[in-house]
Amino acid sequence: MKTLLICTFFFLALPGGFAQADQSWKKHVSAAEQAKANPYAEQPDAIAAGGRLFENYCAQCHGADALGRGKRPSLRTPDVQNATDGEIFWILKNGYRYRGMPSWNSLPEASRWQLVTYVKSLGVNHEDQTAKDSGREKTGSPK
Amino acid sequence: MKTVPTFRASLRSFCQGIVFLLIVHFIASFSAAQEPPYFVTYSDYMEEQGNLELDFKGAWGTPKYGNQFRSGTMEFEYGALGWWTTEVYLSGQSTANDSTIFTGYRWENRFRPFPREYFINPVLYVEYEAVNFADRSFLEVTGHATQQDLLVPNNLARQEIERSLETKLILSSNVWGWNISENFIAEKALNESEPWEFGYALGLSRPLANAASARNCTFCRERFIAAAELFGGLGDSNGFGLRATSQYLGPIISYDVPKGPTVAFSTDFGLNDNSVPRIYRIRVSYEFEQIFRRKGSK
Repeated sequence: MKTLLICTFFFLALPGGFAQADQSWKKHVSAAEQAKANPYAEQPDAIAAGGRLFENYCAQCHGADALGRGKRPSLRTPDVQNATDGEIFWILKNGYRYRGMPSWNSLPEASRWQLVTYVKSLGVNHEDQTAKDSGREKTGSPK
Repeated sequence: MKTVPTFRASLRSFCQGIVFLLIVHFIASFSAAQEPPYFVTYSDYMEEQGNLELDFKGAWGTPKYGNQFRSGTMEFEYGALGWWTTEVYLSGQSTANDSTIFTGYRWENRFRPFPREYFINPVLYVEYEAVNFADRSFLEVTGHATQQDLLVPNNLARQEIERSLETKLILSSNVWGWNISENFIAEKALNESEPWEFGYALGLSRPLANAASARNCTFCRERFIAAAELFGGLGDSNGFGLRATSQYLGPIISYDVPKGPTVAFSTDFGLNDNSVPRIYRIRVSYEFEQIFRRKGSK
């Protein structure tokens, strides 16, 4: 019984140590994937639709403001906002399972591109960035 | 002996159901799961790490020369890790002119061996189950199971409990908005000297719209997924093939209620004389987001 309790505790505690805001996934993205063009880039309808999808699927971990929750990373850092649309599309498709990011490959491709469009529309968050590394040059502004 | 529930008892059950739903609504955030709506077939979808999905699956039908049955299965699915999903099932059934009984439990684990997405994504499935022969959940069909097995009265069927190990190879692809999934099942009874039994399930699904609409809407097309699945037995290691097996084919439609559960309906049609002519199914699932990780949130 004691072993069972220990196993149960271990099992429930497992999700705790993941999803640091590392960008090591980018090294897996091929040049062709990076260069993929977003068919919905900067389209207002796609931003609105992507916002709805974000609320449904992403806000639970990344927060409704995309600034991250707990150990889940912010999507409004320069690293994410300066990533190409193809790179963000790649991580939506493949996920980063060992770091807690699930794959969203079962969402249709068009919906994933709408999500990319929405995420890129958010821009870098100034306050978040200033608090994290004051002194580093800011690369954008919140919209 | 059948007992007829009084109006008061029915009202109490209804109120308890409403209270349960309200509690669920207030203690958890819902999310619309993006998994294909199959009842029998598994896709490569894994429960999100830290999420818990509660899922009720109901099935009812009437075997030829038999009484109507209604079965209910409660599923608790937890994303232990990004590549490991674990699930517990509790099943029961009620047969007209017979009785209502608990039929057993299952504990399954699904593992994704590869971290990335490929054209075909394999998932390995291992399940331990302890269910009696009165089980009517139709979560899978293996071996030479036929509708004649359903004619045994509950009081006899419940005495025979099969403890078995079930393995599946799940192959799944997502192409142009379609999900195509194939399951190959091998099952071995651990407490009886029976041969390995085999089965299969094939599923095909697609949302009614690939792109989301820009405005909030209750009945927009992307909230609906249409699907179909084909499943049945493939005999056993003493006689592999379709002879003396039951086979089913059924369409499915599912709907994501805005900020609510996902509901799905299906009718499986028996394709030969060994199969129950029709099995009606309903599924209601709720996903509890990050259920053990809520305190660390901003």
